Amino acid sequence: MTERIPLLHRNALPLLALLLWCGAGLATAEPAIDTATPAPSVEAAANASPAPHPALALIGGSFNARAAAARQLASSGEPQAVAILEALLGGQLYGGGEPPQLVIKQGSAFSDALSGAALAELPTGARKIPVNNSLRGQLRDLLATLSLRHSDPQVRRDAALRLLGNAADGRYQPLLAELLTSEQHPEVRQALLLVQALGQLGSGSEQQQAVAVDTLADSLQPEIRNALEVLASADGASADGNPTLAAAARTAADAIDARIQRFQLLENIFFGLSLGSVLLLAAIGLAITFGVMGVINMAHGELIMIGAYTTYSIQLLLPNHISLALLLSIPAAFVVSGLVGIAIERGIIRHLYGRPLETLLATFGVSLILQQAVRSIYSPLNRAVSSPEWLSGSWQINPVFALTWNRLYILFFALAVFAALWLVLKHTRLGLQVRAVAQNRGMARAIGVRASRVDALTFGLGSGIAGVAGVALSQLTNVGPNLGQDYIIDSFLVVVFGGVGNLWGTLVGAFGLGIINKFLEPWAGAMLAKILVLIAIILFIQKRPRGLFPQKGRAAEG
Amino acid sequence: MLLQRLLSHDRGGQILLVLLLAVMVLVPVLNLAVPADSPFHLSTTTVTLLGKYLCYALLALALDLIWGYCGILSLGHAAFFGLGGYAMGMYLMRQIGDRGVYGNAELPDFMVFLNWQELPWYWLGFDQFWFAALMVVLVPGLLAGIFGYLAFRSRVTGVYLSIITQALTVALMLAFELNSMGFGGTNGLTDFKEILGAPITADSTRVALCVASALMLALAYLLCRAIVTSRYGRIVLALRDAESRTRFCGYKVEHFKLWLFVFSAVLAAIAGALYVPQVGIINPGEFKPLNSIELVVWVAVGGRATLYGAVAGAFSVNYAKTWLTSVYPEAWLFALGALFVLVTLFLPKGLVGVVATLRQARADGSLQRNWQRLASRFGVPTKGEQP
Repeated sequence: MTERIPLLHRNALPLLALLLWCGAGLATAEPAIDTATPAPSVEAAANASPAPHPALALIGGSFNARAAAARQLASSGEPQAVAILEALLGGQLYGGGEPPQLVIKQGSAFSDALSGAALAELPTGARKIPVNNSLRGQLRDLLATLSLRHSDPQVRRDAALRLLGNAADGRYQPLLAELLTSEQHPEVRQALLLVQALGQLGSGSEQQQAVAVDTLADSLQPEIRNALEVLASADGASADGNPTLAAAARTAADAIDARIQRFQLLENIFFGLSLGSVLLLAAIGLAITFGVMGVINMAHGELIMIGAYTTYSIQLLLPNHISLALLLSIPAAFVVSGLVGIAIERGIIRHLYGRPLETLLATFGVSLILQQAVRSIYSPLNRAVSSPEWLSGSWQINPVFALTWNRLYILFFALAVFAALWLVLKHTRLGLQVRAVAQNRGMARAIGVRASRVDALTFGLGSGIAGVAGVALSQLTNVGPNLGQDYIIDSFLVVVFGGVGNLWGTLVGAFGLGIINKFLEPWAGAMLAKILVLIAIILFIQKRPRGLFPQKGRAAEG
Repeated sequence: MLLQRLLSHDRGGQILLVLLLAVMVLVPVLNLAVPADSPFHLSTTTVTLLGKYLCYALLALALDLIWGYCGILSLGHAAFFGLGGYAMGMYLMRQIGDRGVYGNAELPDFMVFLNWQELPWYWLGFDQFWFAALMVVLVPGLLAGIFGYLAFRSRVTGVYLSIITQALTVALMLAFELNSMGFGGTNGLTDFKEILGAPITADSTRVALCVASALMLALAYLLCRAIVTSRYGRIVLALRDAESRTRFCGYKVEHFKLWLFVFSAVLAAIAGALYVPQVGIINPGEFKPLNSIELVVWVAVGGRATLYGAVAGAFSVNYAKTWLTSVYPEAWLFALGALFVLVTLFLPKGLVGVVATLRQARADGSLQRNWQRLASRFGVPTKGEQP
């Protein structure tokens, strides 16, 4: 062993470097999520005038008086107005005491609403300020108007698009007309025009309606589609309706439907690719141990699990650096799972080469031991691994199409791991030796390849990649002792489906199965889709017992 | 005589049959005739446990027939066990009648709960025992026939076959978990009341089921023994060891494999059907891949290609499981895992192999020599050293 560990390092170094590089690439590419919301200014306390702050009128009084106070606050141009009104709407605004104070409660922390200063506790006499539904509606409108005048164009645009939900009765038309006279930013203008057109569609003259239909025909928002649908069916049915207008609305609605469907197709493909990337990550290590070496490693799923638990442990050690912990766990999981894999190979599998069914049983025993060990060390319960910020949330490309960041990153990560593995196998000395031993063990030994060492390293490589897959999986699901079992059968099916001994087959197999699965799901349901895919694979193997891309030549006959 | 021909060179089989005969005689006597306070009384719990083990042994026998003698490692044999169990469970479910929670004579409770209006067509006929018994044999047999026909015809062998049998059992597990399939979803079928008119929890019913299991195991053993000692059995052995050569000799290898596979699946299904009334529940958990693999371990531990070895393996592993899960629940998976590893590494012929080696060693005197060597090293005087 003393001699082997440095060798492992030397051979695994390029792969580690590549993985680290991928990880670093992920870390620098921070997604640009626009979450700018106006923060209450702390300086406000300094220039507080001796006159009572208009917001203090929110305390006490009737709901109507409170509504008037809110309107006054909104028009006062006070910098904290948005924060206060939002707190009031969310039921987080407290007020009262002597002298009167407004307090915002956030979680279990309190802060002074006017100065923004943090407070240790709720001042005596302060009560939650009550709101009713009518006040809530008015507050929403006030906040929308406030945001529509915000200095950040992104906030203005989002606020305009939020109005779509109840713009159909035309209540915002005067406001929109006023805003449009001064608005310069093209995107905000476009959003405002959309809202205006929607209002005209619902309440304008026939001519306005016709223009509105034209304006709205290019959009994707479900609210607009519904409004067009209403117009199309209502005007067609009633006697006084305008058939031309109805037909135009029908065409526009259909065009929107077609576009939404196209994006749903894209979304399905993305989900399929995402499932495929998970399958690829889980199966790619197996493509080495099973595909290249011919070892049935039933403990492969547990090596994935070990990778996931490595991530969890590193996160426990570095609770305040989630990003760093995640990036560190990629090499760490590779090493830990790889070493466990080498131990399994040296201890058990080495004695069973050429007896695949016995290997299957022995490694299954190992998998049971590893599972129970994790249960005893950690806990039988599932653990959640937290995701860094750049992995959470989603990329909203348009109103009906969004990609979640973690799935997108894992897709690229899977491809990067695949590329790294391919490079290692094709362009390093270890890869050359691995292929040589796989093709003709006797000949490889005769020309000086130390076959048993190559076996150990190959198995370590495949196991290490399983560990890396565990890191990625920890970002998608909870980490638990049964994590590996959920993937082992799928991974074997992917490798067999793609063709044993062929990395590209595994790639195509994983993405193919992922996409087929996700396309079956909408009409068959998740469970039935999985059953159908399993049956399809069973039948497919009858037709092509050696998978999509069978090995050719002498090696195939072994 | 037939029995004599089957068992003449089969010491293990003779012992097994004598033991099964003893079970068939002693269990009813000790449980029903001996008073409960007597030390010889056999409790009903033990009888049920024994019956359960007998069903497992039958299942192991079925697997040994195809794995040991034909080299087909099925990692989905629990699927046939489960299907047989479900067929029996459906019969028992219909026997509940209006004694269920909802008191609906026509529909099982879970269907009433799901707001179904009438019995699905595939439940029709299951109120008759003969029909259910027919289905116990027919459905798994047919599935094994179709699956085997496809797989053996296209020459899917070895590991590939093992993996697709595993896929088969996973597919069945997922299917039976669906509520819309009409088999009770993840809860499965349970709350049985009576079988063939006898209350299912009564002592006499339990004893009868246990005896039936023992009888079935004995019959199945003789049948398997008849198969493996016949000319057909020799061809099966030949194709296990050299499939291509057997094919080139002009035998239709696929047919031999297919019939053996179907027969084995039917045995597994019968084991399942006997198992369900004894444990009182059947659910999709029976299709778990782990169950099928555990079954392989029973056979591996007992010793492959001996038939009685599979029975011995099923009994010893399951007894160890019952004991360990009650004494050290944490240790069971460690022990099972270690058993997999140690048996494959050090005991390729299983417990039967150990016994055979010991007997061989005693016969040629090497055991005694080894014993003397060991004894002299520790300075213990032995008989051999006192001339």
